[in-house]
Amino acid sequence: MIGDDRRGLAVRLAVLQGGVVAGLITLAIGFWFLQVAQYNKFRELADNNHQRSLALRAPRGVLFDRDGEVLVENRYAFDISLVREQTGNLSRSIALLAEITGTDESGLWQVIDEHLDEPAYRPVVVIREATVAQVAAVAARRFELPGIVIEEVPTRYYRTGTLAAHLFGYVGEVTPDQLSGSEFIGVGSGAIVGQTGVERAYNRMLMGADGTRRVVVNSVGRELDTLEEIDPVEGRRLQLTLDYDLQAAAEEAFEVTGFNGAAVILEPNTGEVLAMASMPAYDPNDFALGIDQATWRRLNGDAGKPLHNRALQGRYSPGSIFKIVVAVAALEEGIADPDFSVQCHGAKTFYGRPYHCHLRGGHGRLAMEAALERSCNVYFYTLGSMLDIDVLSTWARRLGLGGRTGIDLPHELEGIVPSTRWKLATTGEPWYPGETISVAIGQGALSVTPLSQAVMMATVANGGVRPIPHVLRAIDDGDGWEPMQTPPGAVVDLQPETIETLHRGLWRVVNARGTGGRARINGFDVAGKTGTTQVISLSGRAQAEGTTELDLRDHGWFTFFAPSEGTPEIAGAVLAEHSEHGYLAAPIARHVMETYLAKKEGRPLPRFPRPTPPPVLTETAPAPAPVATAPEGGAAPATTPGEGG
Amino acid sequence: MFERRLHCHIDWLLIAALLVLCAIGAGMIYSTTYDPTAGTVGPQLSTQFYALLFGVVAFAVCLTIDYRVLADHSLLIYGGMLALLVSVLLFGDVMGGARRWLSLGPANLQPSEFAKLALALLLATYFAENRRGTVERADLGMVALFTVIPFVLIAEEPDLGTAVGLLSVALGVTYLAGLRLRWLAVLATVAMLLAPVAWTYALEDYQRSRLSTFLDPARDARGAGYQQIQARITVGSGGLAGKGFLQGTQGQFNFLPVAHNDFIFSVLAEEQGFLGVIVALGLYLFVIVRGLDTARLAKDRLGAYLIVGVMASFAFQVVYNVTMSAGLAPVKGLTLPLMSYGGSSLIATLAGFGLVVNVRMRRFTN
Repeated sequence: MIGDDRRGLAVRLAVLQGGVVAGLITLAIGFWFLQVAQYNKFRELADNNHQRSLALRAPRGVLFDRDGEVLVENRYAFDISLVREQTGNLSRSIALLAEITGTDESGLWQVIDEHLDEPAYRPVVVIREATVAQVAAVAARRFELPGIVIEEVPTRYYRTGTLAAHLFGYVGEVTPDQLSGSEFIGVGSGAIVGQTGVERAYNRMLMGADGTRRVVVNSVGRELDTLEEIDPVEGRRLQLTLDYDLQAAAEEAFEVTGFNGAAVILEPNTGEVLAMASMPAYDPNDFALGIDQATWRRLNGDAGKPLHNRALQGRYSPGSIFKIVVAVAALEEGIADPDFSVQCHGAKTFYGRPYHCHLRGGHGRLAMEAALERSCNVYFYTLGSMLDIDVLSTWARRLGLGGRTGIDLPHELEGIVPSTRWKLATTGEPWYPGETISVAIGQGALSVTPLSQAVMMATVANGGVRPIPHVLRAIDDGDGWEPMQTPPGAVVDLQPETIETLHRGLWRVVNARGTGGRARINGFDVAGKTGTTQVISLSGRAQAEGTTELDLRDHGWFTFFAPSEGTPEIAGAVLAEHSEHGYLAAPIARHVMETYLAKKEGRPLPRFPRPTPPPVLTETAPAPAPVATAPEGGAAPATTPGEGG
Repeated sequence: MFERRLHCHIDWLLIAALLVLCAIGAGMIYSTTYDPTAGTVGPQLSTQFYALLFGVVAFAVCLTIDYRVLADHSLLIYGGMLALLVSVLLFGDVMGGARRWLSLGPANLQPSEFAKLALALLLATYFAENRRGTVERADLGMVALFTVIPFVLIAEEPDLGTAVGLLSVALGVTYLAGLRLRWLAVLATVAMLLAPVAWTYALEDYQRSRLSTFLDPARDARGAGYQQIQARITVGSGGLAGKGFLQGTQGQFNFLPVAHNDFIFSVLAEEQGFLGVIVALGLYLFVIVRGLDTARLAKDRLGAYLIVGVMASFAFQVVYNVTMSAGLAPVKGLTLPLMSYGGSSLIATLAGFGLVVNVRMRRFTN
């Protein structure tokens, strides 16, 4: 009995022992699977737990003007970021953060939601450029805010505010669309990249290389140790061709006259952009920190379209400036020589239709120089009647109108110069010879950018080399400044006689009885041409009766170069929207040239004369800016407005 | 009472294994409570050291008094234990949402740890006096009664882990006393049928969520599933040889909560690797098998039952805690005996082994 009992006991104990042995061996096997078989996986997970890579943002490259003046640099700002993984209770953290920083809770959520598909351990910047008070509030309560970090980041700083805003462009966080494209290959999510202007065109050089700091953090995100630190490399320093003083002069002139518009000033031999203004402008500093919704809406809703770079993207009818192209085509094609003269009675009939000159009484008999000087429509109608539209179109392109100039800035729009093929392709209709008559005075389906007008003037000025405009002058690659090669221009091959005629005719526009007298400078031979471009055709004007006067006023052009004798030093185009006449754009150009001369001769820089009284209505409401202002259709116009006296 | 020839039969090997496990535990407590910035160790290490001293005293006491004498007073001891458990519910201190501790001046006592020993002693005495050598229905009723009372009192604290430990004591002793397989099957069936009922009525919300997140830890990776995920990462990242003492990132940087307590084995696995795990598991295996051997050698059934009662809850806790420490079982507040930080647990465990050595030592006495 006892023996049986003992045996039973022993068997049961053996079963228990066997069970324990089996259990512990099973556990050991389980640990083997975790620790040995899946070691790499868990090791990585553990490293992700306690190591953080923090990006150290590289300062973008500094931009200098051609005299070495710093124009765009960086300053340091504080960003408040959130690491989702470390915020125990996300909604509580957000609520507290919103409360102590005085920010909008829904705005913070919006930022978080935008980054939800990123790894939870990556910091998301929720407040850019926090104020000192915000930083202090967050720092004081950091133990209640695990996963909220304050980072000091270099931020783009545009010293001169709105000056040359369109040329510099602005920066912003790379968008998802941009990340999937080819332009920003190698750029990480959340990076700040150039969005327009020089910032965009030379983004890769300017960005530099972000550094990283790998740190050890504990479970509440406190940094305990730094494992490795790779310093950020500052972006390349770039010297622009821009001349700060000329840029400031152009913008001052626009401000005083109150016009919207654009000015492009070139060094005519190389195509270096000395100034490029587009008015109204915006402040790129607003974008440097991530633009807020209200400012963005305001900029986009503004009738003056401040974000629009009129110099590259504004397309305007050239008006009488196109007469330069007609003159070149006629001289070069041998259709007319400089002495070719036409009798102007104030109107002339072509293809059974009267075409009017702006001077009702007529200019009398004129040769080419005088025709340019007086901007006689009848003279150029006559040349137009002798020219084939495709020949004219070819010459316009050779001089830089139509197509793109090839400037090293993004978003340039093509000008339009009509040809038979172009008209067939766009309207399906053949070209009527009558249309060439109105194209000959710059009307019809012509539209050009201020930049391309400046290039045309530079080409005329330097005697037939069409320069490629560019804004980059030199790069500091770390071992000193490396000057950029001037991009080779296209040789247009003009006869000396053509050039001489143009130079003299255009000199007379400014210095004789022409329309550009307001650009005259004593001791400096300025050559130029005014142009007036209709915002709306006369028939359209009748229909639009009742809308404000300001909207309908014509745009004025003034293109110029100087000096007209010897090597030209400066060339450019000024478009003043709704200035009614080109001669009101001329003072803007004169102010830039006077500034140029004063600087060259070491005199104090001039100030733009304050208006007494203002030449135009001083309404403050910004005028809408039509992008393309060519009168609709290329069909034979019934009336031919053109140059006023 | 302590006859001289008895200490020839003291199981020094078992005692050595126990002390080595305690030392490993102390090392891990050092590691998990070490503050690298201040260069100091938390107060837990010295607390554990004092507990060890008390544990050695308890061990000696349980060794010295003949277990048969203890058995004669088993009902009294059991009654006293129930009184303590009731007073915990009435006057106990609340920590971390549970009322488990009785304040004794500078120290706290967790009576539930000792309840297992009292139950083991009572059940062993009951079956030893029952001369039938089998387990009848009436016996099962008595076992159930003896077990349910402290179970309910402890579960009420709440401390479900320790309460379940009582079940392992009851099951171990009853099995050894001759529980038929048929009854085992019935018990298993009843348990399975009761599970949904218990799920609905007996478990607290947090317990339910722990169990459900065990099945899918990612569902609540920051809440209840967090410890489980982190435990698995802690263990897995240890590799074969471990990251080295004080070099574990999971334990050192607090990614694994209560590392010095319930998850001390995870930290051991992280810092000492698979090899350290094998050593520790080997020691536990040795202790358990050696303890059960002692039951086989016991002079009488009382001794065998008592040992199995003690070893059942020990083995259950070891297996469950180690499984949990690898993230392979639902998270439950069960300490790893001998290694985890916790004075009452250490003292009660050593007292239990005092009883084991007691039985072995007296196997030749009358």
